[in-house]
Amino acid sequence: MKRELVILLVAFALMLMLAVASLAIGAVTIPIFDVMDWMANGKKSVLSGAHQTILWELRLPRILTACFVGSALAVAGVGFQGLFRNVLADPYIIGASSGAALGATLVVVAGVKLSLAGLGASVIGPMVGSIAVVLVVFIVGSVGRHASALTLLLSGIAISSMTNAIVSLLMFLNDQKAIVILSWLMGSLAGSDWSVVVVSSLAAMLGIVMLWGLSRQMDAFMLGDVASQSLGLSLVQFRMLMIVGASLLTASAVGAAGIIGFVGLIAPHIARLLIGSRHGWLIPMSGCVGAIILIAGDAIARTVVAPAELPVGIVTALLGCPFFLSLLLSSKTSGRI
Amino acid sequence: MSELTTNDLQFSYADRTIFERVSMHLKPGEMLALLGANGAGKTTLLKTLARQLKPTSGEIFLDTKPLSQLSRRGLAQQLAMMPQHENRDASLSVYDVVSLGRTPHCGWLMPLSKKDRAIIEDALNSTGLNELRNRNINEVSGGEWRRMILARAIAQDASVLLLDEPTAGLDLKYQYECLERVQTLTHDRKLVTVLTLHDLNQAAMFGDRLALLANRELIAIGPPSQVLTTDLIRQAFSIDVAVMEHPMHGTPLVVPCNPSKNRNLNSLSRPK
Repeated sequence: MKRELVILLVAFALMLMLAVASLAIGAVTIPIFDVMDWMANGKKSVLSGAHQTILWELRLPRILTACFVGSALAVAGVGFQGLFRNVLADPYIIGASSGAALGATLVVVAGVKLSLAGLGASVIGPMVGSIAVVLVVFIVGSVGRHASALTLLLSGIAISSMTNAIVSLLMFLNDQKAIVILSWLMGSLAGSDWSVVVVSSLAAMLGIVMLWGLSRQMDAFMLGDVASQSLGLSLVQFRMLMIVGASLLTASAVGAAGIIGFVGLIAPHIARLLIGSRHGWLIPMSGCVGAIILIAGDAIARTVVAPAELPVGIVTALLGCPFFLSLLLSSKTSGRI
Repeated sequence: MSELTTNDLQFSYADRTIFERVSMHLKPGEMLALLGANGAGKTTLLKTLARQLKPTSGEIFLDTKPLSQLSRRGLAQQLAMMPQHENRDASLSVYDVVSLGRTPHCGWLMPLSKKDRAIIEDALNSTGLNELRNRNINEVSGGEWRRMILARAIAQDASVLLLDEPTAGLDLKYQYECLERVQTLTHDRKLVTVLTLHDLNQAAMFGDRLALLANRELIAIGPPSQVLTTDLIRQAFSIDVAVMEHPMHGTPLVVPCNPSKNRNLNSLSRPK
């Protein structure tokens, strides 16, 4: 069996085991064997009705959301790092986070109570904001010529700065609501329910399949514009598809969980160190790594100060960074990078 | 097998014309070396032939089909370009890069077929890269890199090869090895090959025909003995040269003359 396939299968198995284990932990601890019994037998299991409600209504949708959001952020990170040929790129590089923040802020400030397909305004607002800002960046970056990486980056930075300024202004003018906005900005999976799971999973699947379908083209794109054009890539079309796919992933993630940093930047690097740079393997591997980081981070976030919770973005950054640095150092000493 | 034809080709930037009135016709199995001074427009012409730049006027035909009517993917199935510079930071193996040559032939989400793999193996074997297949591309030498890009172009299975200074940065042995390989491929597989070169003697030795760019035009196109004359070289490069016959190959041999030395250029012979 190919080495890459073995690594990917191990990562996938680890992700599943972690998901099952994290069903057991939280403010109320449920024995892991009871959880497995519930998964096998459903309502006929030995678990009490209250525990079954906790698992079905709270933990399972939350863990599934963590899984899809983590995968979406990681694969979006791979997409943007590939598109800009820049290892520092993350899912928020062309304004998705500032757009989402503006969407969320407007919803909170205006007190919008809109609901669509079971999704509340707090999910729809950031999603729409994120897509709108990326769209504006793409249009501004493409004026007069095709969207080059540099013009996209520069217009992304400029428009993000403006959007962030509007968010700050709105928070300043509505200081009594600032704490609500601030807690959203730190990212959390606490609001996950089944409607969020359905939407985030569909968007994540669609975006991941879209980028995975472009994996061979992404490999070619790594070699430069001239080489990739010579290999049949239409650069304009390729960039547009990449932006649509990666932005869809980012928007679904910010809609479901707010702004969670670190995962989209570091998960692709961890995956690259483990499985190499070919996008055909890198994309599914990054998806697994992103899911693992977020499931683990969320499990810790909701247990260390239980019954209170920590923002999951803080946990993933605090624990993920040392792990990534140790991986980086060991790869450096073994000469792999 | 395809024929490549350009018809009154012109390329201009906003304020200056790089070349105009470029018409030529290349047959399968023919290797054309593009010559000219720095800035004469060789690379621009090559990029225009690869449709990486859009001609200001004129048309390029692959057989009878205008290049502008082909999709980017359709074009890549018939025409492979070997650029002067590529990003070497990508963490890929030699095999990975060569296999990318199959990109224009693979469907969306489709893995490489048996036929694709056989073509990749053939490309690796014909460029002597089999032993290096698993090596990371940032660990290969300049010569190996050129061979790898050539192998990728072979894997692309295109009938037209465009090579931008394929010998740049290579030492003498690898320069000749590279050109010999390209020549063999061109003749054996009946490809149309256009390459830019700086070394006039190498061009004379390997090019079936040479094309000389100067003053924004193709001032000569033809067999080496017709293009490499003292007058045309003076016109293109603003330098006096002596042209004699290569003692071993019989091709024109161009020897630059130092203007500060008092030599009678007229006494030097022309190749017969």
